[in-house]
Amino acid sequence: MSSIKLRAVVALSGLALVCAAQAAQKESAPPKKAAVHAKKAAAAKDPVAADFEKFHEIMEEDSPAELFEAKGAEMWKTKRGPKHVSLEKCNLGLGPGVVKGAYVQMPRYFADTGQMMDAERRIVYCMVKLQGFKEADLAKKPFSKGSYLPDPVALVTYVAGQSRNMKIAVPQKLPQERAAYKLGEEIFNYRAGPWDFSCATCHGEDNKRIRTQNLPNLASKVDAVRAFQGWPGYRMTGGLMHTLQWRMNDCFRQQRFPEPGYASETIADLLTYMGVNANGYLYKGPGIKR
Amino acid sequence: MPDPMRIRATAKNGEVNVKVLMAHEMETGQRKDAAGKPIPAHFIKQVTATWQGKVVLSANWGTAIAKNPFLEFTFKGGKKGEKIQVTWNDNKGEKRSDEATIN
Repeated sequence: MSSIKLRAVVALSGLALVCAAQAAQKESAPPKKAAVHAKKAAAAKDPVAADFEKFHEIMEEDSPAELFEAKGAEMWKTKRGPKHVSLEKCNLGLGPGVVKGAYVQMPRYFADTGQMMDAERRIVYCMVKLQGFKEADLAKKPFSKGSYLPDPVALVTYVAGQSRNMKIAVPQKLPQERAAYKLGEEIFNYRAGPWDFSCATCHGEDNKRIRTQNLPNLASKVDAVRAFQGWPGYRMTGGLMHTLQWRMNDCFRQQRFPEPGYASETIADLLTYMGVNANGYLYKGPGIKR
Repeated sequence: MPDPMRIRATAKNGEVNVKVLMAHEMETGQRKDAAGKPIPAHFIKQVTATWQGKVVLSANWGTAIAKNPFLEFTFKGGKKGEKIQVTWNDNKGEKRSDEATIN
């Protein structure tokens, strides 16, 4: 053997501390504006941010998210739940059992439930409907913590992995889908809570940051992809796998809003707004977060 | 049983580059839970990689290795189509072995 590389926790936590700056991900951006924007961002980058980006790239190449994808894949085809069936008949919008490309086309309107559903909401629905799990049980502890990994998180990671390198195309054909976008936009801009915050307070302007953490402007076409790209994501802090459901929940928590319902209409609408804004970009699959 | 590893092995210029992702808690034993009780240590102690029955890497690990560790190494020899096997043992006596074909 000639070389051994180990990523030790010491190096990892050290870097994570110094470089909280979020790596502006290399976007495979079709709109021309994005390239210009990326160039500008690169010019303004400080050395710490650049270092973190390098670290991010190395980590992304062999992201532990893959481990969760494998786990989800296994779970998907295993007969589970009170009804002892697999999820292979679950319809993610492209027909029963079609997983390939489903993630980049969600949230979408499902006529069978009459609801807008993002990937996690739909998977929870399938787990309840097909496998007989109780929705209340799934909503009790829906987020990763310590060594606890909720089933929907692994499943979402698997489903997302099946849309790797595909174009984001969140549908807006149906009136319900267009209505969800409008509602999502309203939720995004709705100021309330003890701090009078909205999503747009932090994510509605260019070149804002919290400490060294760059904040994407999710209301702009150029930055919007960053709300989609890299999710579900493996968070290096704590080594946890998180989905967009968690991210939305955490954003509301940080705004001191009442906690939104897990897999609720509110989150589906908000994700529709952000997803549609990211349409046209290439989705790179489950990613890695600071 | 512990979750499977992801192993990728690619041959290039007479060398094989191996990348391994392992699913493991790697608990140091120095952390405490919400109730203030120490969380018992749980970490990989030994990693062995074999190719054609020959050990090409053997490593003793401790608690300084991150959760869900990633290991990359190269060794001389090895051709496309041959197998590489990686095994880890942890301090609780758990064990996991996975195999991959060199590409």
